[in-house]
Amino acid sequence: MSKAIESSGICKTFGDRQALKDIIFDVNEGEIFGFIGPDGAGKTTLFRIISTLMLPDRGSMTILGLDSTKGYRKLRENIGYMPGSFSLYLDLSVEENLNFYASVFGTTVEENYELIRDIYSHIEPFRKRLAGRLSGGMKQKLALSCALIHKPRLLVLDEPTTGVDTVSRTEFWEMLRKLKQHDITIVISTPYVDEAMNCDRVALIQDGKLMSVDKPQNIRDGFSRKLFSARAGDKYRLLLALRNYPATLSVFPFGDSIHVTFSEETPGRELSEHLLRAGIADAVISETKAGIEDRFLELMEKNE
Amino acid sequence: MNRKTVIRVRDLVKKFGSFVANDRLSFDVYEGEIFGFLGANGAGKTTAIRILTGLLEPTSGEVMVAGFDACRQPEEIKRNIGYMCQKFSLYEDLTIRENIMLYGGIYGLDRKTIKERTERLLDKLRFREYGDRLISALPLGLKQKLAFSVAVFHEPRIVFLDEPTGGVDPLTRRQFWEMIYETASAGITVFVTTHYMDEAEYCDRISIMSDGRIVALDTPSELKRKYDAGSVEDVFVKIARPGMKYSQETADINGLG
Repeated sequence: MSKAIESSGICKTFGDRQALKDIIFDVNEGEIFGFIGPDGAGKTTLFRIISTLMLPDRGSMTILGLDSTKGYRKLRENIGYMPGSFSLYLDLSVEENLNFYASVFGTTVEENYELIRDIYSHIEPFRKRLAGRLSGGMKQKLALSCALIHKPRLLVLDEPTTGVDTVSRTEFWEMLRKLKQHDITIVISTPYVDEAMNCDRVALIQDGKLMSVDKPQNIRDGFSRKLFSARAGDKYRLLLALRNYPATLSVFPFGDSIHVTFSEETPGRELSEHLLRAGIADAVISETKAGIEDRFLELMEKNE
Repeated sequence: MNRKTVIRVRDLVKKFGSFVANDRLSFDVYEGEIFGFLGANGAGKTTAIRILTGLLEPTSGEVMVAGFDACRQPEEIKRNIGYMCQKFSLYEDLTIRENIMLYGGIYGLDRKTIKERTERLLDKLRFREYGDRLISALPLGLKQKLAFSVAVFHEPRIVFLDEPTGGVDPLTRRQFWEMIYETASAGITVFVTTHYMDEAEYCDRISIMSDGRIVALDTPSELKRKYDAGSVEDVFVKIARPGMKYSQETADINGLG
């Protein structure tokens, strides 16, 4: 499989802050590759380096077969970059923005319309409206259209779904899956761990370090302990009681239940007695399958 | 349910020109409850929160918050609530202590009380060593936890949290929710918005807004039963969708988007 990106030993420091520490990964051509991590993890810095907008302090990156620092002119013709904050011209109309981006890359909207049709058709009825007066969802679609209009081989999307509701997020991922059919490699970042499952492969990033790079299913299956799901009427009390139990290793609220791991193989009568003493008579505890967020939490513990 | 009502809303309407942002909202929130306020982008949540926090006057309807009328006593409301949002929380160029002092002072606490509570807070968050550091030097997770503590520093009856966990890591997100549980169990009502549907499951009750209306309001488990859904996310996808885009377009046309 040929590689769209090969990164080795990328480091970047701002003042006394190490934003990226020895970043090693590669992205296969045609895959959706996700960087999953919280604000401040280093995602945006890394994406600026991938987009040839920033130089690393150390390390090298080969993108579409070219060295990112030497071949940046050629590369920029083949990269579509959508930054995290909306950065189109607010005082130009939808149509003017799109035409502008097309002309900068020496192409026309007509020439590549097929590629953006699915996305742009949603906002085309508003083509005369100023970009500054679009809703969040519409801005997002315009920005994606502009990033695609020169038919890039690599699309770099920095947190396109942050702050977006769950319905619109699902829609956005559907658009990306359709783009994949046009042989475009997509690199995307997100703080929502549950979005990992939409990617072919993901890198979990925290504090400037990659904790794990793999298929999301493999990352999830890397969870090393037996995981239990606990429920009771009074969830907060249950949480505190589980935390006080001597054999407990980790306790986290997870949706409508609490995920807990123990140092003993299977919690037995002692645990029920412990919970009873804490005033919880209705606890139901059963083994459950770990999700990718469970693994993320486990990796965070190990890194501390 | 025999509980004290701390927010009472009846037929709340808010119009901007011809656009109806809040369309006859009616609901109660009880003391010590964790109330999740959900909805798609553009459904009208922000407008409702601005009214509930005394920042925006309703067009019509009855809104009582912490015993005060949102039309006639917005200043009283502001004094009796706490507020925190993801985007703005604390002053970056002040230290932790200075931020706490500033907020304590704004809410009219005396010096002695501020001092005592500051020390207690720094101990509780294990922040003592950070006390004299600038906010800008703190990692996001600590900032958000501190911002929440500051929002309840004056012991308000209700605290409004607008997407408090956006962008924070999974571990901090959970620690943050434990702080919410603790606050609610101390009797402070928590009114919270979030885009994380797993967090919606942590609430005692949730409401879901769509097109300016509340289309569902109940406990998470009851909603899941009613809509035959496995999770709150499924409930949300089933009912938060219809027409939502059009309302946003209308908002844009009216320049409110």
